[in-house]
Amino acid sequence: MIKTYSISTTINEKEYKSEVESRLLLSDFLRHELGLTGTHVGCEHGVCGACTILVNGESMRSCLMFAVQADGLEITTVEALGKDKDDLHPLQQSFWEAHGLQCGFCTPGILMTLIPFLRENPDPTEKEIRAAISGNLCRCTGYQHIVDAVLLAAEKMK
Amino acid sequence: MKPAPFEYHVPDSLNQVLSLKREHGEDAKLLAGGQSLVPAMNFRVIQSKVLIDINRVEELSYINEDRKVLRIGAMARERHLEFDPLIDKWTPLLAEAVPFIAHPQIRNRGTIGGSIVNADPAAELPVLMLALDARLKAQNSDGERWIPATDFFDGMFTTTLATDEILVEIELPHIPQNTGWSFMEMAPRAGDYALMGVAALVGLDEAGKCTRAKLVYLNAGDGPVDAKAAAKSLVGETLNKKVINHAAAHASEKEITPFGNIHASPEFQRHLAKILTQRALVAAAIRAGEGYIQ
Amino acid sequence: MSTRFFGKRIKRNEDPRLLTGQALFVDDVNLPKMLHAAFLRSPYAHAHIKGIDVSQALERDGVVAAYTATDLGDYWQPGPLLVAPPPVKDIVFNERTQVPLAKDKVRFAGEPIVMVLAESRYIAEDALADIEVDYEPLAVVVDLEKALQPDSPYVHDDLKTNIAAHVVQTKGDYEAAAKDAALVIERRFLYEHGCAAAIENRGIVAEWDARAGKLTIWDTTQAPVVIRNGLAGMLGLSERNVRVIAPFLGGGFGAKIMMFYQEEVLVPWVAMKLNRPVKWIEDRAENFVATTHERGQIHQATLAVDKDGHILGVRDVFLHDTGAYAPYGLTVPLNSQCTLLGPYDIQNYYSEFTAIFTNKTIVTPYRGAGRQHGVFVIERLLDIAAKELNIDRAEIRRRNFIPPDKFPYDNEIIYQDFAPLSYDSGNYEPLLDQAIEKIDYHKFIEETQPKLRAEGKHVGIGIVAYVEGTGIGPYEGAKVQVMSSGRVSVVTGVGTQGQGHFTSFAQIAADHLGVRVDEVDVITGDTDQFYWGAGTFASRGAVVAGNAINEAAKVVRKKILKLAAEHFEAPEEELEITDGMVRVQDIPRMSISLGELAGLANPMRGAVKPGTEPGLEATNYFGPESGATASGIHAMIIEVDPETMQIDIQKYVVIHDCGKVINPLILDGQVHGGVAQGIGNAFYERLVYDENGQLLNGTFMDYHLPTSLDVPRIETGHGETPSPLNPMGVKGAGEAGAIPVGPLFAQALEDALHDVDFEILEIPLNSNRLWELTQASSQPDA
Repeated sequence: MIKTYSISTTINEKEYKSEVESRLLLSDFLRHELGLTGTHVGCEHGVCGACTILVNGESMRSCLMFAVQADGLEITTVEALGKDKDDLHPLQQSFWEAHGLQCGFCTPGILMTLIPFLRENPDPTEKEIRAAISGNLCRCTGYQHIVDAVLLAAEKMK
Repeated sequence: MKPAPFEYHVPDSLNQVLSLKREHGEDAKLLAGGQSLVPAMNFRVIQSKVLIDINRVEELSYINEDRKVLRIGAMARERHLEFDPLIDKWTPLLAEAVPFIAHPQIRNRGTIGGSIVNADPAAELPVLMLALDARLKAQNSDGERWIPATDFFDGMFTTTLATDEILVEIELPHIPQNTGWSFMEMAPRAGDYALMGVAALVGLDEAGKCTRAKLVYLNAGDGPVDAKAAAKSLVGETLNKKVINHAAAHASEKEITPFGNIHASPEFQRHLAKILTQRALVAAAIRAGEGYIQ
Repeated sequence: MSTRFFGKRIKRNEDPRLLTGQALFVDDVNLPKMLHAAFLRSPYAHAHIKGIDVSQALERDGVVAAYTATDLGDYWQPGPLLVAPPPVKDIVFNERTQVPLAKDKVRFAGEPIVMVLAESRYIAEDALADIEVDYEPLAVVVDLEKALQPDSPYVHDDLKTNIAAHVVQTKGDYEAAAKDAALVIERRFLYEHGCAAAIENRGIVAEWDARAGKLTIWDTTQAPVVIRNGLAGMLGLSERNVRVIAPFLGGGFGAKIMMFYQEEVLVPWVAMKLNRPVKWIEDRAENFVATTHERGQIHQATLAVDKDGHILGVRDVFLHDTGAYAPYGLTVPLNSQCTLLGPYDIQNYYSEFTAIFTNKTIVTPYRGAGRQHGVFVIERLLDIAAKELNIDRAEIRRRNFIPPDKFPYDNEIIYQDFAPLSYDSGNYEPLLDQAIEKIDYHKFIEETQPKLRAEGKHVGIGIVAYVEGTGIGPYEGAKVQVMSSGRVSVVTGVGTQGQGHFTSFAQIAADHLGVRVDEVDVITGDTDQFYWGAGTFASRGAVVAGNAINEAAKVVRKKILKLAAEHFEAPEEELEITDGMVRVQDIPRMSISLGELAGLANPMRGAVKPGTEPGLEATNYFGPESGATASGIHAMIIEVDPETMQIDIQKYVVIHDCGKVINPLILDGQVHGGVAQGIGNAFYERLVYDENGQLLNGTFMDYHLPTSLDVPRIETGHGETPSPLNPMGVKGAGEAGAIPVGPLFAQALEDALHDVDFEILEIPLNSNRLWELTQASSQPDA
């Protein structure tokens, strides 16, 4: 019998009670146990940033945490932002307008990296933006339109 | 890339951690920030029978000053080192170096204690411990002991901690008056493990002569490498180009033993060590009070 | 057709779903009772398999099955040859394609040997450690030149050679032309391995519905129709009973082409066999060895020029590393061979290549698909000639450009699509002028650079040119339909991986049908929605599928006008279609919505007139005779720290001509992304193999994709020579950004480090390599 652990986690302001195996990665838990598939997995060794989520408000790699560690913590994923095209978060809206995504696979991780960044840096320079997302690999955009999108979002969120 | 199974414990006090550590011995690994451990588990390079998660041990997470020293709990996150004003006040060299560690998301989770105990020769924090004359507090259920940073690292990914001991606190003295500092590294991309890096400290007297110097290197051997002879060669000297270049040449040619990797040959690493030392010493001397003579 | 939307910067239809995390990717598919596959892969690059024991694995709780090659029975067959050898005289071509599971021997590290099925991926991976394989390691073929020596081991023993192919193509007579040369330059060029490294790894989910006899497959493929057809054949099913869905893909870049990867062939088979849904998601460690690579070539090239730098002829003999198998034929080396000729009027060309099997991961096209290598060779040769003859680097290119009145320009050799290599249209000099102006080339060389050099700075400029054969056949199709809601549906057979097809295709249809772009629903990548097609590769989506949509939309427009004319009893010429309505001009009350009209086209009573069809829909196909040739100039200013060899790109300019532009916003994004990958290929990304054929850097820690701090801002400018080969006049753009970056780096870095006498003849570079090259040159001769 595989031992499981009871955890209670607040995800996107909703409480979840689950039984998890100790080794279950938080990324797999969110995606495959809870069906929150907006968080993506690209490398499972903490480099690509696609799985970035917020843990108690700070951006972290969900592939480098175990689900069991999330017990009692507050998790925020991309699903907590705007849910449809008429109700987008200003950051999402800016990514849309500035063409800040192509395949869109790395995008949720980038958005979740930027939410706390913009909270702490409401008026960022291009250089600061580039440093902030340097832990998120994007293979499609060359980053330029992402940077434009963040500058636009900062403007919108003023 | 899924980790092998393990038994999981999540104590919320230091005492519980210590008794679990004694109980499980070699079978147990501590899970601090997990930013190096979990990737290794995902690759199944590390398969630990037992994990003791110390993220809930709040008594290990602090940055405090007292009259003489700065005290940092082993579970202080790298992010807190980056932004806590106490760090900049007491040991600005550390504040300068921390942003070189990986990326913001990693620093949000990674801990000072985890990085030190991991003892990766290419990591920044072990080098800084030597450069800053840190003392490291180890504890087991029998008691505690203080280990100077110079005695803490014991080769590749190895420390002098006993199996049942854990690192609980890092004690850092003030960087002395009239001392300049600099941290420089060269990485292929920002956030990568550096090909070479150096932490430099120089103290100057009122006449501008060097009273004290320190040069510690990362990725330059099987642990942080303290280039004592090169540093000593600076003492008593006025820091000019010739003196600095001599020390840089000595450290890079005689005192470090870089192994090379797929990104850099040992020769290039030595070359980088020389260049970075020259630059770091100039920067440190200037910070020490315009102590660099062209 | 009005062009309300064609040519406009329009934000993308697909983005809200992607931005809210709702877009479906393959790993998001979750089915009841689904099993998870994991593959045991060879740790050796070359070894005999003497025995495999899976019994321990089968005893593990949660493990359902384990299969070796022999367990596959007749299903064990080498994969299809996807691209046949080209019709070139005296060609040698030894066909060897990958097998589903290695049987007697393994030919690259990472080749799958056993497939395990378990209740979770975690358990499946646990079970891999339970399997015992008895290997007898063999001598390894890694180095291209050693692979041809008589004492080399063979990757495929029965061939008694490691030669996969040998091809010679010529134009004019190089030897004769070289006799009159004022200068002949010969160099050896190296281009090392890299990989696509899409952020989404590959994945496949298969579900067999035994009652319906229907197989559904979600696959990270760029070419779902081809995969459907191939798998149906292998599995003995009708194509109508196999549905392949390529949902949202997290990047493709060539490596997700219709490869019939081992896992792609095995997962559907086992889903049928076990009658349970099966999922396999590649992890990053697997991706580095199991997904195809590109790039490895060695060129020995000679350029003959007259005293003014005019090219008299080029001779190039090169080796191409095709890895352990060559399922994609000769596309990559043919692209290198053809693209070397570039935008230049080269009358005499001798090109010979040998493709070689090695014990490495399979090589197939990755963005640029061999074009880079050819461009690297010709651009470097021109740089060296310019230096020798003391001609400005931009000027030597200008002197050799094919003049605008020489199009179509025939290069007399065969391209990757097997059509003659002929450039449809182009005008290169204005592109060069635009680049020179944008980067302020002359001012930089005459004023800025000398000033900076005096300050001790090492700043260099580079300027290079290239062409890109795009938009090749065979064909694509599209169905355009007005729905009863009034929305328009566009369906094609191509897959999409982030290129913005949901928007650019919608723009084409919207203009014809008088609706907004966001009223057009584009469906791609589902074989049940559109039966025919080839796929998204070779920068062909917008050209080939785009034109099919254009033609289909024209027919639907005609149907709308015809039906509305009957409805209003008004002549078609008096009708207009705007805002989703058909109106009789100047008579406001005489209007009908497209949705209502679609209803009238599908009556429930009466009869559809003979010779007409129900509905407002049309299906059309477009097959270009040959590819459309795009072109461009890249220019860059770079600063180098001469001590640490760290680089800082200060300005980057791309001037690009891809004919008519559908959506400049999307085009800019394609160019930026291409340049970013080009920068990776030039300075950061290199797959490092040791002498045992082991990949030493199969992680994102050690395989360095450029980050936001490494890719500069890119200024773009456009030229426009419409392609005469298709009615929309478009050319492909997907790969252009990536192609000329290697020689651009080489040229600009040599210029920056002007005080060192050295040549850069290899890509990729990095700080370490740059330092080694400069050190070697500064050593006194021994």
